[in-house]
Amino acid sequence: MRKSAADPKGVLSGSHFLDGDHALAEGALAAGCRFFAGYPITPSTETAERFAERCPAVGGLFIQMEDEIASVAALIGAAWGGQKVMTVTSGPGFSLMMENIGLAVMTETPMVIANVQRAGPSTGLPTLPAQQDMMQVRWGSQGDYRVIALCPDSPQECFDLAVEAFNLSETYRVPTFIMTDETVGHMHEKVVIPPADQIGVVGRNWYQGPKADYRPYQFTGKDVAPMVKAGDGYRFHITGLTHDERGYPNLTVEQNEKVVTHLIEKIDSNADRIIRLDEDEIEGAEVVVISYGITSRIASRAVQLAREAGIKTGSLRLITIWPFAEKRIAELAGKIKGFVVPEINYGQMVREVERSAAGQCKVVGVGHCGGAVHDPEEILAAIQEAAK
Amino acid sequence: MNMNDQTFRVESPMAEFLRMERMPHIWCPGCGIGTVVNSFAEAVKKSNIDMDKLAVVSGIGCTGRVAGYVKLDSLHTTHGRAIPVATGLKLANPELKVVVVSGDGDLFGIGGNHFIHAARRNMDIVVICVNNFTYGMTGGQLTPTTPQTANASTTPYGNYEYPFSLPFLADACGATYVARWTSLHARNITKSIREAFNHKGFSFIEVIAPCTTLYQRRNRLGDGLDALNYYKEEAEVGQEIDTRDVGIDFQSEIRMGRFVKRDKPTYYEAVNERYANVLGDDYQLYGMSKPEREEKARREAEERIRMQALLEEEEARLLAEDIGTDEEGV
Amino acid sequence: MHEVRFSGFGGQGIVRCALITGKALAMYDDKYATMTQSFGPEARGGACSSQLVVSESRVQYPYVTEPGVLVALSQDAYNKYEPQLRDGGILIYEENLVKPIGDTGRTQVYPAPVTRFAEELGNRLFANLVTLGVFTAITRIVTPDAMKKALPGLVPDRFLPVNIKAFDRGYEYGLELLERHPLARGVAP
Ligand SMILES: Cc1ncc(C[n+]2csc(CCOP(=O)(O)OP(=O)(O)O)c2C)c(N)n1
Ligand code: SF4
Ligand SMILES: [Mg+2]
Repeated sequence: MRKSAADPKGVLSGSHFLDGDHALAEGALAAGCRFFAGYPITPSTETAERFAERCPAVGGLFIQMEDEIASVAALIGAAWGGQKVMTVTSGPGFSLMMENIGLAVMTETPMVIANVQRAGPSTGLPTLPAQQDMMQVRWGSQGDYRVIALCPDSPQECFDLAVEAFNLSETYRVPTFIMTDETVGHMHEKVVIPPADQIGVVGRNWYQGPKADYRPYQFTGKDVAPMVKAGDGYRFHITGLTHDERGYPNLTVEQNEKVVTHLIEKIDSNADRIIRLDEDEIEGAEVVVISYGITSRIASRAVQLAREAGIKTGSLRLITIWPFAEKRIAELAGKIKGFVVPEINYGQMVREVERSAAGQCKVVGVGHCGGAVHDPEEILAAIQEAAK
Repeated sequence: MNMNDQTFRVESPMAEFLRMERMPHIWCPGCGIGTVVNSFAEAVKKSNIDMDKLAVVSGIGCTGRVAGYVKLDSLHTTHGRAIPVATGLKLANPELKVVVVSGDGDLFGIGGNHFIHAARRNMDIVVICVNNFTYGMTGGQLTPTTPQTANASTTPYGNYEYPFSLPFLADACGATYVARWTSLHARNITKSIREAFNHKGFSFIEVIAPCTTLYQRRNRLGDGLDALNYYKEEAEVGQEIDTRDVGIDFQSEIRMGRFVKRDKPTYYEAVNERYANVLGDDYQLYGMSKPEREEKARREAEERIRMQALLEEEEARLLAEDIGTDEEGV
Repeated sequence: MHEVRFSGFGGQGIVRCALITGKALAMYDDKYATMTQSFGPEARGGACSSQLVVSESRVQYPYVTEPGVLVALSQDAYNKYEPQLRDGGILIYEENLVKPIGDTGRTQVYPAPVTRFAEELGNRLFANLVTLGVFTAITRIVTPDAMKKALPGLVPDRFLPVNIKAFDRGYEYGLELLERHPLARGVAP
């Protein structure tokens, strides 16, 4: 990732007391996002509102679309029109977005989508937190593919990871998700926005060769082709159909294999570069609590109680959810008695942990229904069980 | 590729406009979609617009394949979503002319909501609908425009639903340019597309066209030629037609013409005006300052006037040539 | 560490109270503060609340579990949240809107006529700032200076002076209350 300094125009440097939703908008602006299409839905609306308020003076555009399908469609258009683009949503809106997320994956269109998760299924509990869409973000659109998803645990991290999400999205030409939740979205804390020259931003990788040689795709499985924008005379074509390097439909099994392995490999082969973890007292731990987002902060209290009770407990916070940190978890599995995986759903990421641990140690999930965070005591009990 | 193909690809008058390396296309013999592509190419040529600044967006369907064949920046999207993609493209890069070409099912079935909202916003794009009264690509099912009693694979006993009248819908939703032709009226289509290129705001052109393989056959209406004969018999140009009166019954009269042309600020102009009023010099969309915006608007207005003059000349020529319009037969 | 809950009915500026205090602490008193609020049907009519966790180091667990301070501006809010106030905790309430029930000796209670003071300043809308003044004086969790610095951006500019006045009025009254009933051990729990 080649980074340059952020455009100071979008950067609201200084200290602020912000909620996660507002911090997301600031992160996007700092990252150079100048086009936002969205549709209101609790608890994500504040991000759209802040972007709408801030963008005119920053040189950006906000449009409220007729629905979430249209929002992602507009992002695809705007990305190929040359802009960095973003939308936010929650539950029902995320389901509607799946169709065009697939188109963005297939056309390798960079964009950032934040899901401020609320409790489902369906309309569920609109104003209360959950972590129930962790698999939907991974598998929700049809077909076989990879995306990148990040999980902030605070308003500060909403800002930081919004910048990071844009950087990853541009680097790998892949929709990148910020999977936050109602609690983080609506929680206010101090957010420090650094001066623009201290924010590293990955710009669009513009193609620079002769026009006739331009190919919107390369199926190397490592890196992605540079991009162009409409209006610059490249006469590019993109399609959701299986396509060749020129972007033209090529409806054969062989070509599909090329495209799909590329979509998968460009993420998998770079997983080590993408994945970020936050580890605490892992060395010598008997039990490691694996958590993400708001649940990490709830779990931290259980971890502390366990340590006070004499159980050597480490904590592993997944900042990057997808690609999954399977290598690190497999490595740890051989050294500890067990993992404890609390999450606000009845078992989504815990299956990934089980898969990665591959029977080397215990894996104790701590499920929870949507709408509320865990009682730290529940997590403590699981730590005690894992330590047995 | 044989030699004939090779020559065809290089020498075709369409070579400049089509991705010849993608020929032959997928459309059936007699299908009306090709006519629309030809008229579109003709309009592009005649209006002399910079093809590098022209983009085509399509949805999914037989008509949706148009984006794949034109040698322009082109986006083949998802079913029904061409309009919002075009919206994003246009707003991200306002100097582009963005044209949506798609089918009746795509634009008014699954994508109906996007259509009405883009029209309401007076989004500055051109939408061309090839209305063949059916879902061609999936095998001839009912669409929101299928006339009553017409047979579709999902209304095997004849259609009992009320169809949309597309010009009326577009007009009611706020479209500022609305026209309808049939695929028999290639030159009128061309002219309408040119007018739409030159029109500021949401332009809608409906082209009634045959789906020979499915709609024609299933309804025992004969082949492509029979369809053109029907248009010749039943299609009628009128002046000052009210869009409330242009519904189409099964195999009966088709009223055509330019139904609506009105001036109204586009979405983009409305955004600019609002922000500039409230925020003054602080407002710099994509970094453009107020004088730059005004200069650009002035240039565009001049260009529109120049084009309009050309169009009028052409209109006079057409009239002289035909003593009337295309509906008398080509 | 302090856990504080502001409560009342929708429209009393309950969320604003926590926002101002949180911002004051995080930005001008060099503390860590995490503010959460009850959203949703719960927040429309009925009792509404906002919470703050205040600490010298980063707040991990963001929720209030055993608040040491409760500010109650309505009877519903009092009924709902008083039982959760920890023993010996500080209860500040609107004396004309709340009738305490049961054992008032369990906590340290400070009634204040905040709505009346606000009305004297021109509008009952300023009651939340009067409340914050009382709160600041009694709990000493946050400095009055920081509170005033936190106001711009959180109250409309044209109401800034009157809001500061309202805060000062509450602060003075809080000091008087404190003089009459000093805090046990002199600090907020
Ligand atoms: C979400 C979704 N549903 C259904 C389809 C299948 N489908 C492909 S094309 C089409 C109909 C297209 O009809 P129309 O827009 O009238 O185009 P035509 O083929 O007649 O030109 C349908 C239903 C799809 N591609 N995507
Ligand atoms: S199926 Fe119908 S619409 Fe499709 S190409 Fe054939 S004739 Fe045209
Ligand atoms: Mg059709």
